[in-house]
Amino acid sequence: MSGYFSDLFLGAKSLLDGMWVTLKEFPKRPVTLSYPHESVPMYRRFRGHIELIGNEEGAPNCVVCGMCERACPSNCISITSVKPEGSKKKVLTGYTLDFTTCSLCGSCVESCNFNAVRFSNEYNLASTRKEDFIFDLLARLKEQNQ
Amino acid sequence: MSLTLFNVILAVVIAISFVGLNAAYLVWAERKGAGLFQRRPGPMENGLWGLLQPPIDGVKLMTKQLLIPGGVDKAVFITAPVLAMFPALVSFVTIPFSDNIIAHPIDVGVLLIFAFAALGSMSLLVAGWSSRNKYSMISSIRAVSQAVAYEIPLMITTITVVMISGSLNLTDIAARQLDGIWAWHIWPFQDDVGFNLLMPISFLVLFVCSVAETNRAPFDLGEAESELVAGFHTEYSSMGFGLFFMGEYANIVIGASLTTVLFLGGWSCPFGDLGFFPLTHNVGWFLLKIYLIIFVFIWIRWTFPRTTIYGLLNLSWKYLIPISLFNLLLTAALLKVF
Repeated sequence: MSGYFSDLFLGAKSLLDGMWVTLKEFPKRPVTLSYPHESVPMYRRFRGHIELIGNEEGAPNCVVCGMCERACPSNCISITSVKPEGSKKKVLTGYTLDFTTCSLCGSCVESCNFNAVRFSNEYNLASTRKEDFIFDLLARLKEQNQ
Repeated sequence: MSLTLFNVILAVVIAISFVGLNAAYLVWAERKGAGLFQRRPGPMENGLWGLLQPPIDGVKLMTKQLLIPGGVDKAVFITAPVLAMFPALVSFVTIPFSDNIIAHPIDVGVLLIFAFAALGSMSLLVAGWSSRNKYSMISSIRAVSQAVAYEIPLMITTITVVMISGSLNLTDIAARQLDGIWAWHIWPFQDDVGFNLLMPISFLVLFVCSVAETNRAPFDLGEAESELVAGFHTEYSSMGFGLFFMGEYANIVIGASLTTVLFLGGWSCPFGDLGFFPLTHNVGWFLLKIYLIIFVFIWIRWTFPRTTIYGLLNLSWKYLIPISLFNLLLTAALLKVF
């Protein structure tokens, strides 16, 4: 019999305390966002897949030195370029990232001496097809310039 | 068509649509309430504030296949959902929404509601038993032991009120409380019993019992989804499940109505009848009271975690039944004295 009434009162009190906690939250504004319609801006330092950086004219900063290609431990990056007649510099014609094997280690970004590669903020990546994860970064840069 | 028959059909249509509408929109209110208590917006996509969600859900349920698993006790399996919905509908017959809005005033209205409430737990029993599913079986055993445990304090508390008002007719019980808020049975001072301090506690007992009777959280052990899949309605699909669902929400409305009539003065205005429209005794006050009680139901559901089956039975046998019995004796004594 000992503790019968104290159990009852303590129990009732703790229940009321709990209900007070939820009641206080009831009139407040929602803290969630209705996701497909609105979303949280991604953090600036979020490491998405890499992307090319363009100069003021929109052309890539890349000078096709090939350091990123060599630095990549999983051979994700493949670069194609041409050397126009009478020019000393190569011109980038294709920069393909195979994101299926990329581990986001950042060796490519670290190895670049010309400020040509950075991490993007892209996080909405979902697909059922493998081909969707092979990105043409040059096309992406052109798209961003528009 | 004779006028009486027309009246009967009209009453039935109104009752069924009231139950159906309530069932549908209480689900919406439940989801919205859950959202707001958890600081989410709740359903928002279909219509204004998600108000079109219930009809869309209904259409979805109706278009699903009515699956009857192999090895079930077919006749019983099909009967169970009907048995869940039907008593809830019948109970509405005796609920006095106002002094003249009542489908059929019955002198033993309280008795009828309890009889049909017992039939409701019968439907859970046969649903679980006929499903040929161990989880459903455990669930139905739990649901019935819960119903047995909580019907007793519910009835004893109701008998207390019936003793005070001297009638089993819900209209009479409510009509006794029409002199403003202080005449409601929830307060300790009553005309015939002098001062009974246990009346507010009796109200709490009745309230807890009606939460438990309707199998709602924190007493939803019958459909404890983390332990028993979905309990007794695991094997039901389409409108079989829909009927259980509607029956559950109709029972909530019945429980809230019963609490309102027994303790909160039914359709009475808390300020007494002042003679001009919103402050007269009318059906609006009744609806306001039952929806306030339903709000508390939702509030409780989204505040407390589920209890254990032992905790649930202990609460009933160790606390609610002794308290309600004590109040019954005290009320009887006070009735004799005053």
